[in-house]
Amino acid sequence: MYKRPNLYTSYESETQILPTWTQKALMAFFIIQLFLLPFSIPVLNDDIPGLSWLPLIGDGIPLFRFLGDGEWIRASTKVLMLIVAAHGLNLLSGVAGQVSLGHAFFMGVGACTATYLGSASGSTTWGHSLPIWVWLPGAGIAAALIGIFVSPVAVKLRGLYLAIVTLGLVFLGIHLGNTSWGAKIAGPPALGRKAPELDIRLWKEEDPLINMSDDGRWLWFDIAEEGKRYLLYLVLAIGFTLLAKNLIRTRTGRAWQAIRDRDIAAEVMGIAEFRYKVQAFAISSFFAGVAGALFVGLSGQTLATDFGLFLSVEFIAILLIGGAGTTSGAIVGAFLIYMMPQFVEEATKWLSDQESGVTGVVGDTILTEGDDLGFINTSTVTPGWTLSVFDWNIVLFGVLIIVFLIFEPLGMYGIWVKIRNYWKRWPFSY
Amino acid sequence: MTDPILEVEDITLRFGGVTAIRNVAFHVNPGELFSIIGPNGAGKTSIFNTISQVYRPQEGDIRWKGSSIMGTRPDNVAALGIARTFQNIELFPQMTVVDNLLTGRHVRMTQSWFDGMIWRGKAKAEEMANRRRVEDIIDFLEIQEWRKHPVALLPYGFQKRVELGRALAMEPELLLLDEPVAGMNLEETEDMARFILDIRRELGISMIMVEHDMGLVMDIADRIMVLDFGEKIAEGTPEEVQKDPNVIAAYLGSSDVHAD
Repeated sequence: MYKRPNLYTSYESETQILPTWTQKALMAFFIIQLFLLPFSIPVLNDDIPGLSWLPLIGDGIPLFRFLGDGEWIRASTKVLMLIVAAHGLNLLSGVAGQVSLGHAFFMGVGACTATYLGSASGSTTWGHSLPIWVWLPGAGIAAALIGIFVSPVAVKLRGLYLAIVTLGLVFLGIHLGNTSWGAKIAGPPALGRKAPELDIRLWKEEDPLINMSDDGRWLWFDIAEEGKRYLLYLVLAIGFTLLAKNLIRTRTGRAWQAIRDRDIAAEVMGIAEFRYKVQAFAISSFFAGVAGALFVGLSGQTLATDFGLFLSVEFIAILLIGGAGTTSGAIVGAFLIYMMPQFVEEATKWLSDQESGVTGVVGDTILTEGDDLGFINTSTVTPGWTLSVFDWNIVLFGVLIIVFLIFEPLGMYGIWVKIRNYWKRWPFSY
Repeated sequence: MTDPILEVEDITLRFGGVTAIRNVAFHVNPGELFSIIGPNGAGKTSIFNTISQVYRPQEGDIRWKGSSIMGTRPDNVAALGIARTFQNIELFPQMTVVDNLLTGRHVRMTQSWFDGMIWRGKAKAEEMANRRRVEDIIDFLEIQEWRKHPVALLPYGFQKRVELGRALAMEPELLLLDEPVAGMNLEETEDMARFILDIRRELGISMIMVEHDMGLVMDIADRIMVLDFGEKIAEGTPEEVQKDPNVIAAYLGSSDVHAD
């Protein structure tokens, strides 16, 4: 018998994040795949033939061949870190409507706190060698406190003025990192210092429960260092995604959206504007702080100048391209913004590696190092007027932001909604 | 005679040199439909803004159930039980109808951000209970089919209804309606009038209505106050107001003008 697929019988079933069984199954499959990714490295090498049925992206398609190596797991880990930070900015700018260019500053605060708490002290630096379960939440709490401290000023401003003030924070942060006190925490300017260990241990010097910094056996599996780190970040990214989603769909999230859409009306509806703006700043900064700690945990290096204006702009781009105000937009945006340059790079590499001894080949033309392929030059520096790989990344970045702002202000989320509605209505046009 | 629910005592509101409201006093009894009329710029919406404390009048006093609400923050005024609709629709355009109405429930909910973030215990139960209340309002206003639409996509008349619904969601004791039928056709006006009468009869909510549609005002209001240039020129039942020479002068021009 035909059954209506979307018949809700309780409000509980209707308010679920994934209401239908199809969505649940697809999401479960997707998440299982994500968890299996680090184990897929040996699969590609045919080390575990029993698992080769897993549908993996990789092999076969030349452009995706790089996915099989540790470098790609590393890139994915970075995306997961960016997702946590993007959720933070999404709550503040996308949901609560407070445009902030200071996200990198709050990430920097988190990174410095994590380093101060988690790294070993040296002759010129302070450190407490505390375990991850102290420095990771500590980074978030420190950033949140700074967020609360800054917010009364920010609450008074809106739009462009708020953007400029938060922009100031970024420069303030970089400057503080270069002072003598800052150098004790973030390491000498331009050199930085070793980031805290990700090892999970009970207290300072005890043997780690899970050793994150070497390859080898973990439980029943062979897994590389990158793989373990990826799994840790994956769990955190999923956790923070759920927190962000829950915030958006409950009372607090609605209050933020109300303030974003019509602040006077929101107040007359009984929403304490000041309090909710401060909350938005604090929670957003908490996400940023944790992400900042994860940032240095991944790169292995704490460096104040990493948290500059470009990082802030990157997050604005993530929101715009993904779709501001939506959880899925933050995820898709983070993936696109970070992976796009990787793909451009890989595409060029692939072109160059086509034949051994030759840098690249297009059609019948054989290229050597430095030749250009019409639009991409294979060398890393820019000879003459053609653009290098690095230049192309920046150009693409800019073009994408412009294109999305003009044609699809809702970002990838908007595109997805349009496609979905088209298929829902098909073959009718309305 | 019961005590009035809202008393406005000789309020004066100035913006720089302009006096928007001058010594206006009135009161609203429980369950009453009180209407404020007057030509454009007479200060009708300003009176609403002083009641919800978006504007602070320089002189006078506003008392809610006997105690002064002067200087209270607008969100706290709302929590007391004073809800409001706006002349130009002030819905949250990117949110769905359900979310708009749930936002109206904000003052009747108690969960903190942390409860909501972890979606456990109190938050979940509260969301479900309030969703049920919102569905009652959706049924009451007959906007079922628009439930999941972002309000920006709704036709004007329905947006007005959603705005009324959002105010009702606050479970107010006093409802301030700012031109509820402005720009509506006859059918939409009659629907809205029916809703307003139902609100009074079924929910027993007192209302203050600002409206230009004289037919509607004269038909459904219990008492009417007429403003002109920020001053009260008449107050009384519809019949009394219609016969008042000051009102006729304000609306039609005084006979002196055409005398010679």
